[in-house]
Amino acid sequence: MSCLNGNILLSKLPVGKSGIVIDLLNEGDKRRRFLDLGLTPNTLVKAERLSPSGNPIAFNIRGTVLALRKDEASKILIKVIDRR
Amino acid sequence: MGLTQESSGLSLIKYEYPFEEHEDKTVIALAGNPNTGKSTLFNYMTGLKQHTGNWPGKTVLNAYGSYRHEGKEYMIVDLPGTYSILANSEEEEIARNFVCFGNPEVTIVVVDSTCLERNLNLVLQIMEITDNVIVSLNLMDEAKRKGIKIDVKKLEVLLGIPVIPTIARDGVGITEIMKTITNLQSIVNPNKVKYSEKVESLISKIESILLEYLDKNTNTRWISLRLIDGDIEIKNQLEKLLLRNGVGRKPLEEIEEILSENENIGDEIVTEIYYYAEEIAKVVTEVDNSKKINWDKKIDDILTSKITGYPIMILLLGVIFWLTIVGANYPSELLAKGLFALEKNLNILFTHLNAPDWLYGILVLGVYRTLAWVISVMLPPMAIFFPLFTLLEDLGYLPRVAFNLDNSFRKAGTNGKQSLTMCMGFGCNAAGIIACRIIDSPREKLIAMITNNFVPCNGRFPIIIAISTIFVGGLVNSQYNSIIAAISVVVVVLIGILTTLLVSKFLSVTFLKGMPSSFTLELPPYRKPQLGKILIRSILDRTLFVLSRAIIVAIPAGAITWVFANININGVSLLQTCASFLNPFAKLLGLDGLILMAFLLGLPANEIVLPILIMGYMSQNTMIELESIDALKTLLLNNGWTFVTGINFMLFSLLHFPCGTTILTMKNETKGLKWPIFTIVLTTIITILVTFIINIISKIFI
Repeated sequence: MSCLNGNILLSKLPVGKSGIVIDLLNEGDKRRRFLDLGLTPNTLVKAERLSPSGNPIAFNIRGTVLALRKDEASKILIKVIDRR
Repeated sequence: MGLTQESSGLSLIKYEYPFEEHEDKTVIALAGNPNTGKSTLFNYMTGLKQHTGNWPGKTVLNAYGSYRHEGKEYMIVDLPGTYSILANSEEEEIARNFVCFGNPEVTIVVVDSTCLERNLNLVLQIMEITDNVIVSLNLMDEAKRKGIKIDVKKLEVLLGIPVIPTIARDGVGITEIMKTITNLQSIVNPNKVKYSEKVESLISKIESILLEYLDKNTNTRWISLRLIDGDIEIKNQLEKLLLRNGVGRKPLEEIEEILSENENIGDEIVTEIYYYAEEIAKVVTEVDNSKKINWDKKIDDILTSKITGYPIMILLLGVIFWLTIVGANYPSELLAKGLFALEKNLNILFTHLNAPDWLYGILVLGVYRTLAWVISVMLPPMAIFFPLFTLLEDLGYLPRVAFNLDNSFRKAGTNGKQSLTMCMGFGCNAAGIIACRIIDSPREKLIAMITNNFVPCNGRFPIIIAISTIFVGGLVNSQYNSIIAAISVVVVVLIGILTTLLVSKFLSVTFLKGMPSSFTLELPPYRKPQLGKILIRSILDRTLFVLSRAIIVAIPAGAITWVFANININGVSLLQTCASFLNPFAKLLGLDGLILMAFLLGLPANEIVLPILIMGYMSQNTMIELESIDALKTLLLNNGWTFVTGINFMLFSLLHFPCGTTILTMKNETKGLKWPIFTIVLTTIITILVTFIINIISKIFI
């Protein structure tokens, strides 16, 4: 598993759990697209559901449910947080 | 459209927007995130029935309409829904360019009040471009249901612009918006985003350079921000303008030097706007969590579940087809009876008028019969299929289909949004081709266009339904034949989807090599459909539109086909001569020459393939009255049709070259003939191979 200072990649966030964005691991247009979607540092992200085949994964990002493919979600470093 | 167009400078850029002749009208832009009810508001204000669907990326073209208020004429432009207008997708560019260069006097930003923080991001971005912004705080009813309370007054003060609570679908707040627009002289004092000291000092440095060279009405703050953000288009435009004004590259070089010391500062700009939005949303929103029953989640648990996700999808499709077949059966028969009874009256009339035989032939046997067929075969299924499909669209089910299927498309090297464009293809492939604009990657867009034709459009559905009913449904006891026919239609559609995936994969590793690009899909909340509007919209907009297109094509086609079938050379009709010529080849495909002729003559629109075929057969076996599907069955069987002919006829219809309209649309979208021709060749090869193989297999086993 990708353990980076106790942080994990968003693609590994179990459904139902939340995390906050620590860093984006990509550059250029793709990084920019993430930021435009509201994936800025410290943003709360919740893994909502898996598609029937397990990929893509739907996340709640700033009140909107957005589906991202696993390889893209693995470009986002997050810190899992406890949230009731 | 695009910033590359020759223009007179940033402040003077005039795009060729289609309504520039209406200079006396006040132009209003309508912006907003996807799924905020923008198009609903637009329809309500203009009365123009633009089609809205509950899935992102519907408005890919600027739709525009007008309204009058207190004696003044206003023109509204509905922009594509976007989360941001900074990035580089086609939709964002369209929205951004219009707000910037379309010179709207007012920009209304429609905001989803259930998710204020995300939506305010766009509001703040637009406020940087223009001062005259009005917020329509929409979906207030949904917010109330979710226990979300928004302090509108406070929001207004914090933003410094008018904020009007609305429920667009019920028309609540629309008059207030119109009033606000009419009374809007200039917005008092919009509170624009204040960035960190670092960014602000950069802005003022660059602004001071720009102010020396640019018109003082130019929004130098915004241009500075865009330059800091590394916006290449704006930079190029600025360069052009400076060169034209004889200033040269010096100011740009100065700016570049300032920026070179501050790399990656673009991130900061985006992040800070979001933080600002977050802060405002926090202050004005109050959430009562006790009210939250998350129905969306419960529904999604079923519709996208590992176990039930796919079966429900197929079942829904099956039920829609079954309802269409069962429901259309009786009205179709009634219509046919009525129209053919009318034909008898026409016969009497023509005899009475002593009309020449050829005129009677062209007008009654050619045009009228083709029309009667097109109407009685197409109208009832469409009037059932379209409302049902629109219902699914309105509910918000289609994005779930894309979500469920994305993995297959990923494996095929393309984009899950392709399934949305395929859904549009069910209505009309030309519409499906246009819908491909929602796919950002040019490679994936092309693949989606090339394969769109493998989804049977409504012009081909009647063929597939009729043949399914005769040759597949007819295999079993009449009690179950509508169910079997529906299953057969579903199987045909599944074959189409499978073909789409296989061909997409094939293209991804051959002609259009590449890796799948990024994919972001919003799963919007389910919305209660407005049944009345669905009926009106799907019947008026879709059914009658498609039917009228079919009728327009059917009239000349009916006449031409009759002439073809009745001009005799050496005692053989022209149609027969062509058909005989094609016959040996057609036989290899398990078809006959006339079937191929019908598909060739049906190029302008697939709707007329069956009528042409019927007329062709009838000219050899006259006096059959085609009043029901049974009569069609007899006619086909009399002309040597077998089960295999039926199957291959359906497959040919499913896979063959796109219709004329689709080809033209593709030519427009790809700006050239290369890809349309490629598509015609590819689909033709596939069709020939598939029908040939099935014919050979059937010869071996049957």
